[in-house]
Amino acid sequence: MMRAPRFLVPAAAFAVLVGFLIIGLQKDPGEIPSPLLGKSAPDFALESLADPARKVGSTDFTGQPWLLNVWATWCGGCRQEHETLLAITREGSIPMLGLNWRDDRALALQWLSQLGNPYESVAFDPEGEVAIDWGVYGAPETFLIGADGKVLHKQIGPLTPEIWRRDFLPLITPARGET
Amino acid sequence: MIPEIGHFALVLALLLAIAQAVFGLGGAARGQGAWMQAARSALAGQFVFVAIAFGALALAFIERDFSVLYVATNSNSELPIFYRIAAVWGAHEGSLLLWALCLAAWSLAVSALSTSLQAPFRSRVVGILGLISIGFLLFMLTTSNPFERLVPAAIEGRDLNPLLQDFALTIHPPILYLGYVGFAVAFAFACATLLEGRLDVTWARWTRPWTLAAWLFLTVGIALGSWWAYYELGWGGWWFWDPVENASFMPWLAGTALIHSLAVTEKRGLFKSWTLLLAVTAFSLSLLGTFLVRSGVLVSVHAFATDPARGLFILGFLTVVIGGALLLYAWRAPLMKSTAGFEPTARESFLLFNNALLIAALALILLGTLYPLFMDALELGKISVGPPYFELVFLVPMLPLLALLGVGMHATWKRGHLQPMRNRLLGLALAVAVAALVITGVVYGDIRPLATLGFALALWVMGSSLMIPIARWRARQAIPGAVLGMVVAHFGFGLATLGITGVQSFKVEKDVALAVGEAATIAGYDFRLMELRDMRGPNFAGVEGTVVVSSEGEVITTLHPQKRLYNSGGNPMTEAGIEVGAGRDLFAALGEDLGQGRWSLRIQYKPLIRYIWLGALLIALGGGIAALDRRYRRVVAAQPATGAVAPEASR
Amino acid sequence: MTPRRKRLLAVIAILVGVVAAATLAKLAFEENLLYFYSPSQVMAGEAPRGRTFRIGGLVTPGSLQRAEGTLQISFVVTDNQESVPVHYTGLLPDLFSEGRGVIAHGRLGESGEFVADEVLAKHDENYMPPEVAETLHLPTPSRESE
Repeated sequence: MMRAPRFLVPAAAFAVLVGFLIIGLQKDPGEIPSPLLGKSAPDFALESLADPARKVGSTDFTGQPWLLNVWATWCGGCRQEHETLLAITREGSIPMLGLNWRDDRALALQWLSQLGNPYESVAFDPEGEVAIDWGVYGAPETFLIGADGKVLHKQIGPLTPEIWRRDFLPLITPARGET
Repeated sequence: MIPEIGHFALVLALLLAIAQAVFGLGGAARGQGAWMQAARSALAGQFVFVAIAFGALALAFIERDFSVLYVATNSNSELPIFYRIAAVWGAHEGSLLLWALCLAAWSLAVSALSTSLQAPFRSRVVGILGLISIGFLLFMLTTSNPFERLVPAAIEGRDLNPLLQDFALTIHPPILYLGYVGFAVAFAFACATLLEGRLDVTWARWTRPWTLAAWLFLTVGIALGSWWAYYELGWGGWWFWDPVENASFMPWLAGTALIHSLAVTEKRGLFKSWTLLLAVTAFSLSLLGTFLVRSGVLVSVHAFATDPARGLFILGFLTVVIGGALLLYAWRAPLMKSTAGFEPTARESFLLFNNALLIAALALILLGTLYPLFMDALELGKISVGPPYFELVFLVPMLPLLALLGVGMHATWKRGHLQPMRNRLLGLALAVAVAALVITGVVYGDIRPLATLGFALALWVMGSSLMIPIARWRARQAIPGAVLGMVVAHFGFGLATLGITGVQSFKVEKDVALAVGEAATIAGYDFRLMELRDMRGPNFAGVEGTVVVSSEGEVITTLHPQKRLYNSGGNPMTEAGIEVGAGRDLFAALGEDLGQGRWSLRIQYKPLIRYIWLGALLIALGGGIAALDRRYRRVVAAQPATGAVAPEASR
Repeated sequence: MTPRRKRLLAVIAILVGVVAAATLAKLAFEENLLYFYSPSQVMAGEAPRGRTFRIGGLVTPGSLQRAEGTLQISFVVTDNQESVPVHYTGLLPDLFSEGRGVIAHGRLGESGEFVADEVLAKHDENYMPPEVAETLHLPTPSRESE
């Protein structure tokens, strides 16, 4: 078989390429690491989605770890992760604040009533001002904020149970201990 | 109901594809006629069910079934029916279904039209195509199901991106895919040859028309994409060396090298292992392109699904198919030695250089496309490789290629015999040099060395191509399809070069701020903004400008660039006003309201740009003519070909 | 020509070809590799002076200013840590808007501002499974319906 090793060159070159592609797959080429990690979460107070007279914001959850989930009805990935969000809330271990981003209030409310509402409360951010402060590039994105108000983790893209178990849970238990 | 039928049809198609692969390869290995026949029947069945699935998805779009997630995210009730159908392949899942359909169609065609191929060989080809089908069907069923339901159903869909609501772009993917996928046929032929350890070259004769057909579709597909980008994207560019564009251009380069290499292998039994490797490479690049676009590995502004799970699947599939083929190559190719010789000025020699240059360009483009990935993987920073790199590494090999092409077309096999042509070619060289100087110096008023060289080489190839039919006509000889095809394709290539040289060397682009009544001038043309008015369309509102273009006081045309805001989406879109002329395009696009009564506009002068796409169409036409050459249609029993061939006239 | 000499010639030709290609690639790369820097990196002095590079981030809301009636604009690009002012003369892409992602191509000016010769509006990663057809290609990614 090794009559002429040069014939193996294409296969060898391909193997090297595959190696790089595997590495490349595990990195996110669009990722600019969030400068917020480890810093205090930006404060905000916005209208509640359901009741414009009420205000909802970051101060609602001081002293405990909480999640901020950025979502919108026009976002397919949000639809994908919705079941996971409901499951997380059902566990009841950590409150989730929804940030409804650049969306239509009526459509958003309809979405929640039809699909279920995993959020403790939902802030309505039609212009995206708060999203900018949080460095949001797209939807869905989910932030984990510690009891001390610091951003502990940011998930870009739909949440899955695996990601929740692998990336979020290990941070939540020690986070709660800081209370 | 219908989506479930579609889904079920895909499952059945997968099962049949498995049967196709198992019986196809197994039957050939065991010499079981019944198995081999079963494989062909399985293939027919697979095609039927993939077609049913495709039809089901199309029906879901036509019926506006927003309970299907894919339909809801890619269409809405306002969308005209033509675009609803086109939306089937407008995004990831649907485009995979289109891939699968094209693959099944090509496979069926090969199976049906190759009745005179030896049964085991044909069976292997069918089996290998089955393996590839399995990959795509499995991919769809496990990660990218187009029939996934949306519960509860959406009341209204999102929209098909307004940019895609355009005729050229809707037919662009099917044509492009027919090209990409068509290379699977050459791939399967090559793998079957390697598997059998065949030493004769009948496979080359069989592969050639299929490869030409795939290649011509790819040519048209790429040209369509370029033309569309030019008139629709509002900024006048026609090629950006974006990773996704490169993903289609690289298989094309490999395919071009392949059809030329096949010519040598078919005729003289030479370059066998190179031809086989090229066949594997062309399809591999198609698959690689698919991967790059769908895995999120490369940041292209239009990468498909940035989903690592999908990326991993495709990568695995890629590894199995390409890795397997390359290992097969490493094992068997050493057997394929050829001993025929040829003179340095023989056709073989020119084709060898041709391919070396094409492959060099291909390798450098591949390097540039993958380099950011390498750098990132090695944590060396986030970089991007800009167009100037690609332009340079493509241009440099092309210059000698064009020069040699003009001569090589006339070289005969084995011995060369260029002597009789010598004077005519020298005369042509002189003529095109003068003509090029006239074009740059007189017509465009600026003798730029690279532009002059470009024009000279373009005219050189065009003139040299024409010499062949002229000579034959004079001698009252008939022109075989293959020769005519070659002439037309090469002429088209020269024409496209002419267009590229013209537009890249002498285009003028300018961003200007104009109030109504004001004008700006480029390249001797005055663009005067006469009016700006609000307007509405079926699903958009916007502003339309009236721009009158004149030259030396005479009005040439009136352009109507628009800025549109679609009802469904937020961002404005630009419809450029373009005037097509024999020697140039005039182009105006609206920017935005600058205040103080002024609007920004981009005005452009694009000399010779239409010839790029006209040339590309001729290239494709030439391929088609060559593919239909009568020798391929003759039902010939497979015969061992010998290396020696009577010295014929150029072919 | 003997087979042996032919083989030798082939080997030499290939070597020459490879060296030529490598040289070409190296030359081309040197001029045309574009490095990307965030505003934080630029403010930290990591970005080169006198060479073109790309800077990217979000357009700070309220920062877009136009010299009325002209093509000159300025805006601020930020990564929520640091900000860099950008000057540009020309048409902005359709997708450009405050609060959105942007990539500018150009070089650093005298007083720390970024002088852009090209502005690309970064396409929103909405993570929607079906994205734009793979055949869409543009320097100004203007495909986005929201």
